[in-house]
Amino acid sequence: MQSTTLILLLAFIALAAFYLGRSRSLALAGGPGQIRVLHSLPGYYGYYVAIWCAMPALALFLLWTLVEPRVIVALVVKGLPATYQSLSAGELDLLVNNIQNLAAGDVISVDADAALQNAAAQFNGYAVRSRQLLTVLVVGLAGLGGAIAWRRVHPELRARNRVERVIRWVLIAASSLAILTTIGIVLSVLFEAILFFRKVPLAEFLFGLTWSPQTAIRADQVGSSGSFGAVPLFAGTLLITAIAMLVAVPVGLMTAIYLAEYSSQRMRAIAKPLLEVLAGIPTVVYGFFAALTVAPWVREAGQSVGLQVASESAMAAGIVMGIMIIPLVSSLSDDAINAVPTAMRDGALGLGSTRSEMIKKVILPAALPGIVGGILLAVSRAIGETMIVVMAAGLAANLTANPFEAVTTVTVQIVTLLVGDQEFDSAKTLAAFALGLMLFVVTLCLNVIGLGVVRKYREQYE
Amino acid sequence: MPELPDRTTELGGETVGNTRCENPFMVARDVNVYYGDNHAIQNVSLEIGKKQVIALIGPSGCGKSTFLRCLNRMNDTIETARVTGRITLDGKDIYRKEQDPVALRARVGMVFQKPNPFPKSIYDNVAYGPRIHGLAADRAELDGIVHTSLERAGLLKEVKDRLDEPGTSLSGGQQQRLCIARTIAVNPEVILMDEPCSALDPIATARIEDLMDELCEDYAIVIVTHSMQQAARVSKRVAYFHLGLLVEVDETDKIFTNPQHKLTEDYITGRIG
Repeated sequence: MQSTTLILLLAFIALAAFYLGRSRSLALAGGPGQIRVLHSLPGYYGYYVAIWCAMPALALFLLWTLVEPRVIVALVVKGLPATYQSLSAGELDLLVNNIQNLAAGDVISVDADAALQNAAAQFNGYAVRSRQLLTVLVVGLAGLGGAIAWRRVHPELRARNRVERVIRWVLIAASSLAILTTIGIVLSVLFEAILFFRKVPLAEFLFGLTWSPQTAIRADQVGSSGSFGAVPLFAGTLLITAIAMLVAVPVGLMTAIYLAEYSSQRMRAIAKPLLEVLAGIPTVVYGFFAALTVAPWVREAGQSVGLQVASESAMAAGIVMGIMIIPLVSSLSDDAINAVPTAMRDGALGLGSTRSEMIKKVILPAALPGIVGGILLAVSRAIGETMIVVMAAGLAANLTANPFEAVTTVTVQIVTLLVGDQEFDSAKTLAAFALGLMLFVVTLCLNVIGLGVVRKYREQYE
Repeated sequence: MPELPDRTTELGGETVGNTRCENPFMVARDVNVYYGDNHAIQNVSLEIGKKQVIALIGPSGCGKSTFLRCLNRMNDTIETARVTGRITLDGKDIYRKEQDPVALRARVGMVFQKPNPFPKSIYDNVAYGPRIHGLAADRAELDGIVHTSLERAGLLKEVKDRLDEPGTSLSGGQQQRLCIARTIAVNPEVILMDEPCSALDPIATARIEDLMDELCEDYAIVIVTHSMQQAARVSKRVAYFHLGLLVEVDETDKIFTNPQHKLTEDYITGRIG
């Protein structure tokens, strides 16, 4: 039986179990009018029976689907002629792959001789038998579990507590999922990065001043051996982030102050959604806005005052990234300012403050934790932002503080290192993971510091 | 705007008792307040004397807080609020065009229902007003103002060793006295108190009431309160508001022993809650 059909069948059985459990509890109670003698509401007895019916069967099903392929492969390999038994592990893998393809009716890479045909037939046979066995076992286990639970339904059974315990575990599992995924991502990046650091020393990566990841692919090829000093990338990232924050923080903060304290209701109702539209523009659109509109404008403006400006300057990318981040800063700051209690405003006004004194001396200090939190989030966003810099910041890893030169960033390099066909044993490709790890560590630190600042101020202010 | 029925007659005519007093410092004449279409208070006339405490009492929603907020133009911060009539401070109309509400609020200080110290140190809380109004020439003078204000608010003894700690670290009663210190640091002429003790325990309340007794030697104090005992304890005169009307004003003793209006009597004997 197909997996989907089996799951549907199981769901149907569980549904039946729910009604059986519920009606048994009602029968034991002596009718719907008497449910007070039950420990829990009848529905909980239904859920209790359904859980006992479905959970063990589902667990068996999952376990079986995990183990099944390996067992079948092992059995098939065991049945192969002796000549194949002596193959190396790699060749055996290839052979098994071929057998599986043959069994599925696909094209295979070698001639299908009798032994292979035989093995494929065997494979299919095992698979069919395994499915049959699984169906019987799952349905049997569901019936058995359901029956036991059904028999245990009793007015004194604490069904609600048991069901709630199961639900709690389900909730814990759901919340663990995101955390486990994060850990998984970190570990996978970490392992690849470790491979990289076997080829390139950590000190060279962290403190080297030249970034030139082009390496010769074959030994006889003419090419550089590559140089992996990431300082120019960090510097470029910092430069662009700094420019972006110089644009986004003042503009965003002033927008927030205007919206929260000065604008009329009508203005606010128009301006807030418009700002949110700005936040909804895809970054790739910002990217070509930066590359095609802002960059030439910056170059012309620079040239008109006699400055040499590269056509892909840090300035252009930074300005556009700043514009992109304005809504983030303004909406988080707006929230923080609005969260300052009216009592503070009244207190300040009642003492004869002007509105601007009230904002500068009372509202902003009180809203500071939220504002700082918002700014740190914005910095994280700017550091991790990719599309704008890919399109507007260029690839040249210049180590410079001049915003009118082309720089490159960590994210841009990750993209260029991983785009196209790559081999995963060269330092060039692995460098992407090392950069990713650095990016992750930096944003993690920023978030930790940001949360620390927010907590410190909150303790002080509440 | 739909004209509301004239409830004055329905309630028994003009404000009874005596709206006048000796040495009037603030005078309200025919004050009306509208919140949008809602006619919150109607034709209120009242005189507020120098160096005395007047208590505004009445059931919830009767307009006593609204009237209080007219006296320092805090209603200006509410977009839909509109005030008509005439209120004078020391003979000058506070709603006249040239009057800067900010300057007015420095002369008419306000203490709020819930203690609202700023998220700053105790010192900075008290120094806030003098700083924005430039009352102190140097640090020593500012220190002096802070100390005197805390002293007068009866808080100095408790906080003099921890002026750098946040104002929010104090207890509720201490916070309210800090807010009073903050208000008198600006050296106002009138202090408005909007239910200043409603969030406090009886001991903290007693301390604030003692404080009011002392402060009324220098300031005119207007207090809104829900507690008739408090009104009886602290005030010289009492004004009873009902549904946006000023029903009766008189000396405190007269109001509580011999109220003239039926509504006042009902309220102070507990028949209107």
